[in-house]
Parts: sequence; structure tokens; C-alpha cells
Amino acid sequence: MDINKIGHHISSHYNVELEDIRNSVLKMGGIVERQIELAALSFTSNDMEMAEQVIQQDDYVNRLEKQIDQACTEILAKRQPAAFDLRLLLSVIRTINDLERIGDEATKIAEMAIHLSDTEGKTRSEEYYEIQHLAELVMKMLRGALDAFARLNVESAVSITAQDAMVDREYGSIIRQMVARMMEDPRNVRRTLDVLWTARALERIGDHACNICEHVIYMVKGEDVRHMSREELERKIQG
Amino acid sequence: MLDLDALTQEKKLKGIDQEEVCIKVQNLNLYYGDQQALYGIDMHIPRQKVTAYIGPSGCGKSTLLRCINRMNDLVDNVRIEGKILLDDEDIYARSVNVAALRRRVGMVFQKPNPFPKSIFENVAYGLRIQGINDRRTLEETVEEALRGAALWDEVKDRLHDNALGMSGGQQQRLVIARAIAIEPEVLLLDEPASALDPISTLKIEELINELKEKYTIVIVTHNMQQAARVSDYTAFLYMGKLIEFDNTSHLFTNPSKKQTEDYITGRYG
Repeated sequence: MDINKIGHHISSHYNVELEDIRNSVLKMGGIVERQIELAALSFTSNDMEMAEQVIQQDDYVNRLEKQIDQACTEILAKRQPAAFDLRLLLSVIRTINDLERIGDEATKIAEMAIHLSDTEGKTRSEEYYEIQHLAELVMKMLRGALDAFARLNVESAVSITAQDAMVDREYGSIIRQMVARMMEDPRNVRRTLDVLWTARALERIGDHACNICEHVIYMVKGEDVRHMSREELERKIQG
Repeated sequence: MLDLDALTQEKKLKGIDQEEVCIKVQNLNLYYGDQQALYGIDMHIPRQKVTAYIGPSGCGKSTLLRCINRMNDLVDNVRIEGKILLDDEDIYARSVNVAALRRRVGMVFQKPNPFPKSIFENVAYGLRIQGINDRRTLEETVEEALRGAALWDEVKDRLHDNALGMSGGQQQRLVIARAIAIEPEVLLLDEPASALDPISTLKIEELINELKEKYTIVIVTHNMQQAARVSDYTAFLYMGKLIEFDNTSHLFTNPSKKQTEDYITGRYG
């Protein structure tokens, strides 16, 4: 599907409705992206105000999810979309679900930051730079996924799914470090667990970003590439 | 910083009671001889919106539509009780001039019915019978009406060709141009697209969407998807009774009456 063709319906109103939905998804994506950024920063820099902000923003994300869902429901009921339009709506419905859950993960990280601040006080060492690094990786994935969604770009969607392996490696290494830290001194266990949950939340965000890429591929190509190995996926897209 | 409150402001569906009313139907009963066809219809038709009537064959939707410009006067043995108010004037009052009423309430039928005249004369017809013969005025009005009916670009070079040489979809838009040339207030459309192919149908629907900027539109359609696409408000009629009348988005996603639900989901009967 050529991106310029989306607005070529005889009904101009239909064009507007679809364009509005696409824009709302991108706006929702923008808010969620910012949520991760703030959540990670609040975690590593011990900034409680920032953490509170992330938690508040989750309301907006939830509200947007419901609104976009409603708009999709109305189009399905009123216009009986077919082909690309139908896949667009199905992809949107799935994508906003992933975005909403990314918002939840960001909220979890912010809550962890608050919890950690309560247990360890004001001091915050530099040991969280792995978390910062992991956060940057998944933010890049999400940004790429939203970009692929906006431009209907299958190639970049495929390349982003490849980055998930890197996130998983990074996550694995954080687990090993934290296990070592817990063994060093059992007094660290509580704190370390918070770090682990945070890493886990970031890793899940990476998975959701991958899901969004799969929805983009479905929307553009009509191929359902969920639950496929990477090799299968590439073969499918090239073939 | 983004204004998140504005961004996530919820869009509220408008109820009919929040709209300006153009036509009020009050306790309308209609009989064909002994047989009652409409039972106590009460309905407020909003101004400059599209209101669609849906329902199975024989449910009374065309009968109700025809009451609005007194088309049923032409049928023998019809008896009407109750009132229809157009801008708060009873259109069935004795003092009403029916021809004048029909100038205010235009109508387009299922089959396009152009006159066997040129495209120009078809559109100019309504003006000519009002005694307007000034060439400039006629030309301007015809152009404006054809543009309004999204037909101008297709016919501007052959205005003096016979209208019967046009395609069905074009003829239907021509008939709409003829109806709007005399600047009515209300347009009644009785199955305006049922004899057309899907693309011409979509063009007519798009046209309806543009026309509601200026006119109050009431449309009868067998095709409930069309009602869903084109209308702001939808009324479901069944066996001469108004079952449900609501915002179209609401009626098609979450109807309040079981009968409506059964009909729009194809579980009827």
C-alpha cells in the first residue's frame, strides 16, 4: 500500500476518519515514548517528581486507548472496511493495546523508582547505567516501530524486530550482575530485586515494540508474522 | 509540552435533543383505506443533518417520507391524522399551498427521472415554471446547482445534450441538481442510490455529505450500510411503528432496542 493512497476514498469523510485514527495512534505513541524516557530518568536520577509525572500520564494513555478503540468500532460498524482499510483498523486496535501496556510498564518503573528511593534514601549510585542503556535501546525500538507505522515501512519494521535480540542479551547480563550482587551481600537483595523488575519491564517494552512492528507488517503486506522465527519472517517478507 | 488534556478530550455523541429541529412529526397516523400504515409516529428531524429511515419492506419508511412533502395527497383513499410541522408551521393546515410546500421540500426518487430535454433545461425547469427566464440568472443558477450536485465538471461541455444520454449515476445527480436549483430547505431522498453501481453510489453518498451543509436531508434506504455511512441520525421503523431513533454511531454500535439489534445484525424474522 502506498502511503499516499490512504486518502483516496470517494468519501472524503472516510479519509478524515482514517487519518484521525492514524494520527491519534502516533500521538499516543509519543506520550508513551516520553513516559519511558521519564520513567528511566526518574529511576536513574532518583527524581520523584518525574516519577509522579509518569504515573499521572498513564491516565491519558488509558483514555486515548479507549477513544481510539471507540473510533475503530464506529468505522467497523458504519463503513464495513475492506482490504488495506480493514487491516489498518485491526493493526491499530492491536497496536494501541501494546502501547497501553508499554505505558503500564513505564508506570511500573516509576513506582519502582519511588520504592527504591524510600528504601535507599537520596543517594543514587552510578550502578544503574545498564538500566539507562537498556532504556535507550527499547526507546529506540519503539520510536522506530512508530516511525514504521507512520510510513508503512516494512523494511524498517523487520530491522527493528532484529534489535530485540540485543535487548534480550542486555537483559540477561543485567540478571547475571544482579544475581552476583545479591550473593555478595544479602542486604542488597531488596534493592536489587527492584532493579531486576525494572530491567524486566524494559525488556517487555522491547517485546511490545516488536509486536507493533509485526502489526505494521500485517497492515502493509497482509502477512501474519506473529510467532515466527526471525529467519522465517525474513523469508516471508522477501518471498 | 503537549496539552494532554486537550489531546484526550472525549468526543461526546450528540443526542437528537441537542440539535436544532427542522421538522416535527407529531403523533402521525396514516391509513390506506381501512389499513393503517403508520402508527403514532413522533419524531424531531434535525436541521442540516442527514436523517435515514431504515426498516424492512412495507414498514412504512417511504410512506413516512412522502408525508413530509404531501406526496401522499396524490394517492386515493389516504387518510392522515396528526401533524407535521416544518419550521413550526403545520404543513397539513388548510391554508398551505402544496406547490409552495414542495418547492421548500424537494424530492429525489429511486429511479432517476430526468425530463427528455437537455441537461441545461432539466436543471432550469423549476426556475422556468416560477417564471424566471432571464438568461444570465438561469445560466448562473444552473451552473451553481450542477456544481452543488458534483456534476458540473462532467457535463459543462455538453449542457445542451439530451439528459437521457447520461449514465444512471449522472442522471441521479442531475435530478438532485434539478431539486437544489430552486433552493429548497429540505431534500427527501427515496432510495436515491439503489439503482446505481457501487462507485456511483459512493459518489451520491459523498454528495449527500456535502449537501447537508445547506439542506436538511431525509433519506430512505434499503441498504442499512448506506444509512450507516451517510447519515447522522437513523430511525428504524417496523410494521408502521418507529422503534428507535438515535445517533447513527450509537444505533449501529449499541442499539437500545432488541428489534433494532436483530434487524441490523441480520437476525430479523
